[in-house]
Amino acid sequence: MPISSLIQIKGLRDGILISLGAGDWDYIQALLFTQIDERSAFFTGAKLALDVGTRTLRVAELTKVRDELSERDISLWAVVSESPKTVNTAQLLGLATRISKQRPNEMPREKVAEKSKGDGALWVQKTLRSGARVSYAGSIVVMGDVNPGAEIVAGGNILVWGRLRGSVHAGADVDGQKPAQNADAFVCALTMTPSRLQIASEIRNPVEDGKSPKAVKVFYKDDKFHAEAW
Amino acid sequence: MSAKIVTVTSGKGGVGKTTAIASLGIALASLGQKVVCIDGDIGLRNLDVIMGLENRIVYDIVDVVEGRCRLKQAMIRDKRVPGLFLIPAAQTRDKNALSPSDMIRLGNELRAEVDWVLIDSPAGIERGFKNSIAAADRVLVLTNPEVSAVRDADRVIGILEAEEKGSPDLIINRLNYDMVQKGEMLSTDDVLDLLAVNLIGVVPEDKSVLVAANQGMPVSLNKDSRAGQAFRNIAMRLTGKDVPFMDLEEKGGFWNRLSKLTGGN
Ligand SMILES: Nc1ncnc2c1ncn2[C@@H]1O[C@H](COP(=O)(O)OP(=O)(O)OP(=O)(O)O)[C@@H](O)[C@H]1O
Ligand SMILES: [Mg+2]
Repeated sequence: MPISSLIQIKGLRDGILISLGAGDWDYIQALLFTQIDERSAFFTGAKLALDVGTRTLRVAELTKVRDELSERDISLWAVVSESPKTVNTAQLLGLATRISKQRPNEMPREKVAEKSKGDGALWVQKTLRSGARVSYAGSIVVMGDVNPGAEIVAGGNILVWGRLRGSVHAGADVDGQKPAQNADAFVCALTMTPSRLQIASEIRNPVEDGKSPKAVKVFYKDDKFHAEAW
Repeated sequence: MSAKIVTVTSGKGGVGKTTAIASLGIALASLGQKVVCIDGDIGLRNLDVIMGLENRIVYDIVDVVEGRCRLKQAMIRDKRVPGLFLIPAAQTRDKNALSPSDMIRLGNELRAEVDWVLIDSPAGIERGFKNSIAAADRVLVLTNPEVSAVRDADRVIGILEAEEKGSPDLIINRLNYDMVQKGEMLSTDDVLDLLAVNLIGVVPEDKSVLVAANQGMPVSLNKDSRAGQAFRNIAMRLTGKDVPFMDLEEKGGFWNRLSKLTGGN
């Protein structure tokens, strides 16, 4: 079975949900940590919810996962399961067992989809190749690369959990649905090398601002573009 | 028999699709497989020229689809290699003379007759391209190590994914190792880094390709040609064999030296 069907990674409004497929727990755990270690830039500092399916997990097992995650600077806040025993265990450890609940802001990543004006972010679960165009009134999250020749236009923020090499326009006036453009919008990417980056009506000068091979967040403030570590 | 239908496409024109189809056809047939090559470039046919079968054309693919001849009558036998056939394109018609469903029907009819159906796609992403991929079980995207060609290949891969054709395999054609070394040309890794698909072959830039085209002798017939070897390797990989990739550096050097000695190249 391909790893992708054993370990499914999804974005939540303010964190990551990883669903673990059936199979030997040790094996799945090992797979999980390989996935995480391969993309540490992506996971570091993340809030993680784990969906363990029907699996029954004891306190020792859950504590171990939680500790290994926190060693990697990932905070496990919820465990979702169809097994009442596992749910019990999670509750014992003070973990949430439902992921729809609102939680207090603690992580910087909380802000991610906040600006999406209530209607939630649009999740794109693949690499956008040349010729692809995605536009959405709220925020757009891409779980993959944005290749040269691809274009994203979002009313809210744009988050690329991969390499951004195409054209992005955040805080845009999509379809004239919003009264105005949103200059508070931002763009994040694990690798920030866009062919063109625009926030509201401001176009970033790629030469002036440079390009970053590291995960950064780009925003516009006081008449200037800024980039900070994401 | 149940043929595999393989289409070679590229987006950008002139990157070597027709060269690849002719060479792969010869190479697969030389492995004892029964192969039919189809020229999907209606109105701009040239697979027949590259294969050296131009003056044997009586019927073409549009004649088959429109019922003017039987399928077998339009299959020109290549006498150089047993089991190799060409169905030529119509020269005096345009892409709209065929539809994707015509191609699917034709493909299904051919499945029973041969081991491989190789379809040469026209450049672009329009009707002719859609026709060419309609029946394909497997698509090979061919590109040159050049930014604009790779961009178009990326576009085509996106369309193939959207049409649920699955992830295609990639052929990088016309790689010049010296230029890559000097940083003047995209490397295989640069191309793969962007396209992120399976690489099925790298064909070096090779003057023998042009010579072969002018002679109507597909380059894979030339035992001494590096490009020919690369295409033969791709053919073997298509049949499921695990053939190591050629060492372009060392052998390229060797062949350069050899051809300098013999005054060729
Ligand atoms: N590996 C190679 N080394 C040198 N020349 C090559 C190589 N591959 C192809 N060529 C040359 O490139 C030119 C274009 O090749 P070809 O006709 O096969 O491209 P094509 O993709 O079928 O073009 P079109 O899009 O017009 O159908 C020809 O002159 C051919 O000889
Ligand atoms: Mg051609």
